[in-house]
Amino acid sequence: MAKSTRFILYTVLLIAALFYLLPMYVMLTTSVKTMDEIRNGSLLAFPTGISLEAWGKAWDSACTGIQCSGLKPFFWNSVKIVVPAVILSTMLGAINGYVLTKWKFKGSDIIFSMMLFGVFMPLQVVLLPMSQTLGWMGLTESVWGLVTVHVLMGIASTTLFFRNYYVSIPDELVKAATLDGAGFFRIFWRIILPLSTPIIMVTFIWQFTNIWNDFLFGVVFSGSDSKPITVGLNNLVNTSTGVKEYNVDMAAAIIAGLPTMFIYFVAGKYFVRGLTAGAVKG
Amino acid sequence: MATQEHSVGQKRFDQWLPKLVVAPSFILSLIFIYGFIIWNGYLSFSTSRMLPNYEWAGMVQYESLWQNARWWVAIKNLGIFGVLFIGIGTMLGLFLAILLDQKIRVEGALRSIYLYPMALSFIVTGTAWKWILNPSFGLEHLVQSWGFPNYTFDWLVNPEKAIYTVVIAGVWQSSGFVMALFLAGLRGIDDSIIKAAQVDGASLPRIYWRIIIPSLRPVFFSTIMILAHLAIKSFDLVMALTNRGPGYSTDMPASFMYTMAFERGQLGVGAASSTMMLAMLAAIVVPYLYSELRGYKKNG
Repeated sequence: MAKSTRFILYTVLLIAALFYLLPMYVMLTTSVKTMDEIRNGSLLAFPTGISLEAWGKAWDSACTGIQCSGLKPFFWNSVKIVVPAVILSTMLGAINGYVLTKWKFKGSDIIFSMMLFGVFMPLQVVLLPMSQTLGWMGLTESVWGLVTVHVLMGIASTTLFFRNYYVSIPDELVKAATLDGAGFFRIFWRIILPLSTPIIMVTFIWQFTNIWNDFLFGVVFSGSDSKPITVGLNNLVNTSTGVKEYNVDMAAAIIAGLPTMFIYFVAGKYFVRGLTAGAVKG
Repeated sequence: MATQEHSVGQKRFDQWLPKLVVAPSFILSLIFIYGFIIWNGYLSFSTSRMLPNYEWAGMVQYESLWQNARWWVAIKNLGIFGVLFIGIGTMLGLFLAILLDQKIRVEGALRSIYLYPMALSFIVTGTAWKWILNPSFGLEHLVQSWGFPNYTFDWLVNPEKAIYTVVIAGVWQSSGFVMALFLAGLRGIDDSIIKAAQVDGASLPRIYWRIIIPSLRPVFFSTIMILAHLAIKSFDLVMALTNRGPGYSTDMPASFMYTMAFERGQLGVGAASSTMMLAMLAAIVVPYLYSELRGYKKNG
């Protein structure tokens, strides 16, 4: 390829990179500016100094409606929702995937396709019945309601992930172990699970990202003390009391995005695999 | 004899144990997916308003849904957003994937940069773009300060244009993902086909246009499927970026459903609108699922 062509190629790629980085740059710089600097300066200007005041405010004193305790309580609610929901849905997915590939029975393919529909269904369709059911179960005001919803709605995708992964583990491994007298659970623990590290990572990260970022269930099914971080952020930004503080909004947005960004940069490989697993088979 | 009986018992045990293990998930899925779909469907044929009730009302809720101007706005917006979001997202993703596939030195870093928005919540994306597109301090202000005092960019607060800001933010968030899908597809193409074409004297753009892009058909198929699916379900982005406004000019079916069912106390209309969403998704997804499952059977 000619040198000039390569130059154009790199230029275009760099411009694209700027397009993706720009909002992050704007968020970061805005969050460390003072409101005076924001009003008088320009969107892209580099901050003259670093002020962490907006960050402090976003974390524990910004108003999110009538309550003024920042994002902190929402952040911890999200942690309390995400941890059990991710662990439970991953475990269920692993065992389901194991059965649906290594212990197939008559009708297991039908069961799988029926569960698969849960990945594609518009969640709006379950909102009304679910809110009634959670009400009967007395779970509408606690984080456990959201944990339940996320586990129930996550089983479909976790099962799909594990199933697709386990298909590639040779059946002979399981058959040989059966001949040696190993049973269902023993094979799972001793043979299948030790081979599952990559798919466990993929599923963990996928579920973590999805549940952390969820807004729909969070806004519909949470009580006043169980709202997740996305709802907190949205309330903070849309609260119209007093002067609009864009630096606080941006700091809050970064705080809300930090955990998933962290995971993305630490384990990006698995994140991408998760994204593509549902789409491109394998 | 005893050992044989034992092994028969063992065999029987092994036969029902796997079924028992998937049973809870299966039953829960039956109830919480299919049961709830039916339940929701029933609500859409009932007289429910503020509270659910089960008095049969026929098509009343659907009639009021399709007579609702706001629902038509939502459908129109879904059309605009869907076409642009899928079209631009696919083209941009494919374009970047092809460029990245030219043995680029810093490919890994660029890939991470293109893809990181996908790790963010749509609420975070919406908040960021709301600030950037804000007319008083954002992009408009910036360009004005560059010496174009008459420049206006007020899409965010202009009811005619606000839906396009949702497209911008949506494409920003999702196009990197499309890039990753296409890049994976490109990497799966056999190099020898390309080499053979080069030997025949075909130029690189021609090879891409005639050989490589057509062979990516399955990736196009799943990309469009995924983006269409995201478009129909898009809720968070609208809520964070425009909060359905100005007025209800950027309402989409998902946010319409939320408004009716959880803010306006119109449960029946809400249920009817979510049933319509299910029908739209099913129209796209069922053929896709069908072909996927056929693929599964073929492969194993």
